[in-house]
Amino acid sequence: MDFTTFLWTTLGAFLTLATFSFLYKDNPFYKLAEHLVVGVSAGYFVIIVWHGTMVPNLFQKLADGDWYLLWLNSTQPWYIVPGILGILMWTRFSKKYGWISRWPMALYIGIAAGVAVPLEMSNKVNKQLVATMVDIDWSNFMGAGFFDPFSGMASLLIFIGAVSALIYFFFSKAHTGVFGGVAKLGIWTLMIGFGASFGFTVMARISLFINRLQYLDKNWREAAFDASNPNYSFGFPLVFWLVMALILVYIIWELMAHLKHKNQTSAPQ
Amino acid sequence: MTYLLRVLLTLALLTGTAVFAQGEPPAVDTTLVDTTTVAPPAPVTGLTGKDRDNDHGHAIELTWTPSVDDLENPSGARSVLRYRIMMWKPTEAYRVDTLRQMYDMVRSNYAPIRVYKPLVDSALILIDQGMVDVSALPFEVLLPEGINRTDAPAEMMKYVRKALQDTLAAMTAQVDISKDSVKVFRSNFLAAVESLPEAFNANGPSSGHGAWDSVGAEVPGATFFRHAGSKEEVSPDFLPDYADLYYRVDAATSDPAVYTASDVCGPVQASGQWYNSGRTVVLISVIIFTILTVVFVQQARRGKELYVRPLAGIEAVDDAIGRATEMGKPILYVLGLGAASDIATIASFTILSRVAKRVAEYQTQLIVPTYDPIVMTVAQEVVKSSYLDAGRPDDYNEDIVYFVTQSQFAYVAAVNGVMLRQLPATNVYMGKFYAESLILAETGALAGSIQIAGTDEIAQIPFFVVACDYTLIGEELYAASAYLGGEPVLLGSLKAQDYAKALFVVCAVAGFLTLILADATGAHWLAQFKQWFMVAD
Repeated sequence: MDFTTFLWTTLGAFLTLATFSFLYKDNPFYKLAEHLVVGVSAGYFVIIVWHGTMVPNLFQKLADGDWYLLWLNSTQPWYIVPGILGILMWTRFSKKYGWISRWPMALYIGIAAGVAVPLEMSNKVNKQLVATMVDIDWSNFMGAGFFDPFSGMASLLIFIGAVSALIYFFFSKAHTGVFGGVAKLGIWTLMIGFGASFGFTVMARISLFINRLQYLDKNWREAAFDASNPNYSFGFPLVFWLVMALILVYIIWELMAHLKHKNQTSAPQ
Repeated sequence: MTYLLRVLLTLALLTGTAVFAQGEPPAVDTTLVDTTTVAPPAPVTGLTGKDRDNDHGHAIELTWTPSVDDLENPSGARSVLRYRIMMWKPTEAYRVDTLRQMYDMVRSNYAPIRVYKPLVDSALILIDQGMVDVSALPFEVLLPEGINRTDAPAEMMKYVRKALQDTLAAMTAQVDISKDSVKVFRSNFLAAVESLPEAFNANGPSSGHGAWDSVGAEVPGATFFRHAGSKEEVSPDFLPDYADLYYRVDAATSDPAVYTASDVCGPVQASGQWYNSGRTVVLISVIIFTILTVVFVQQARRGKELYVRPLAGIEAVDDAIGRATEMGKPILYVLGLGAASDIATIASFTILSRVAKRVAEYQTQLIVPTYDPIVMTVAQEVVKSSYLDAGRPDDYNEDIVYFVTQSQFAYVAAVNGVMLRQLPATNVYMGKFYAESLILAETGALAGSIQIAGTDEIAQIPFFVVACDYTLIGEELYAASAYLGGEPVLLGSLKAQDYAKALFVVCAVAGFLTLILADATGAHWLAQFKQWFMVAD
């Protein structure tokens, strides 16, 4: 493992630990990691947008796939229209012409809403409706050779759950009486669904946490603390003194924060 | 001195250029032949083709009856291992294919040649001026192992010069780099593509001017194939509309030489449709919903009182703003990660408008960090209008709404920082949220803020439910925007949604009961009710 790998792995480990340090409380190391990720990502996404959006969706369309053939008799010259609309957004920098930027925005939101209406109606209404019209398979009740209500009720539960949850989202009537009862059944159905979803997601998050621990345990340990590693002779002392320096920085920071707080509280009102 | 020079720069340009040597189209084949290993199987019968319905064109659907000797048919010889779908391509179509490949090559080589030719030119000038230092060239020259750069430098430069000249000649032989020539080449290619339907119509299989080309394959037992071509003229699988297309299906065996062709099917033409009849139910649903919306909006405009049941989360918004004012702390409003076109984000804009108006009236501080630049722009307009409505345009500050980053977790880190350092009294999360929901809500709870959340992202609602004081679940977010906004258009839409939901429930119950009745009574026509609501892809 070369020295560069050691350095970057150690930096990754430091930033991981700096982020986890937030579990104790807000501190300068967490702040450093936070500002670093915000700043780096902002710059990174400029490039991502340029290469992922501007080049393939505008320049390459105008140039039929080749930047250097830009404006060379494109078969899709209409792509210049969104380009112009995008440029109009820059009029926001001018107080006098800032109103022009509302035109592309209005067009964007209008088109998006227009596209969304049939799509939402199809996917979230019509298809859901068909899925709610479930056919009960009566043979399931006796599928195991004896009366088995749970196997048979699966379809029934889908239907009851969907209808009652829908009634919960009926806003034109107060949830009272029988209507309120059905709505309550609806919110119970929702909460059971949310519980399952919560558990599933927590498991996924734990796997992310394990992944970071594995990084520290495997990648970093191998890079800095493995005696068979040629970096060990300087890597371990370097990491050791780095940690010492960080602890010192933290102690100074805490001390200064304490003094500042003390001065503020003791200052005459 | 006989050593080879490898010039790193130029090698890449000399590769992958054997495209010009595209040959003539293959000759028309005859139905089979070599029967040394497998007997020729029985052919596919009843082959028919038609345009695919309800699409944008460029697709043909074929159906047939499998060969008697299909692997799936136990009574046959079971020698047919697959069906090869063949389409007749006139000679002109092969010529267009060749032109397309040349055009692709010109396009891909044009850029590097433009970049590297000036470098090679400048290197030749340096060499001609007597420069003998290889490392001074504007690119790296790799020498074979064992060759020392200091050995006979003048002699070595002679070889470098020759290598560069050869490379330059190869470059210009491949591509005429003048822009005009590329333009002419491109025009010729596009004209050839435009003439394709004409070529197809004039040169069917009976003309002999063309060849059968494989366009796909199907497994034994298959009776259907969809030949979906591309609509892009520059794409290799471009399938022209309104062109006479001919197909046949070969029953293929384990021996590539042994197969039996079906009768030719055609001509069939692909074409696009303006109206997708498989989605009529969506159109009807939209019309019904539109009528309901118009009726209720009109009622609301006429001043009719439209009842909307109170929602705890909505009621809490005003209280939370008041709390922040009393504490002298800011209100943090997070619009989520959605784009400005997302319904949840649009609903969130309405709620932001109401919150900003109250904030302006109470002269409290508002913080709106955003994830999307367009969302930021819209949010700025919304907040500005609200300050104007509240009669305090001077209090509006461009920095109230600001852009952070478009990286999900970097955005979360920044918002968390705001929560911990500025300690807002109230955090409002309305819009589209993803994996960051729990991180935001947990940090807000840690900072002691009152939290109100609302999203239509079902997977994220559980996290808001456990970590926030009030949560608007799914559609309650849209209801909140109507309730808070109080505008006739929004209230009317909310009412229309309610009635549409009632209609949905009625249809669902009716569909459920008709299916039960169809099973119980054997009247299967009742089950057709469900079919009415099916949406084609």
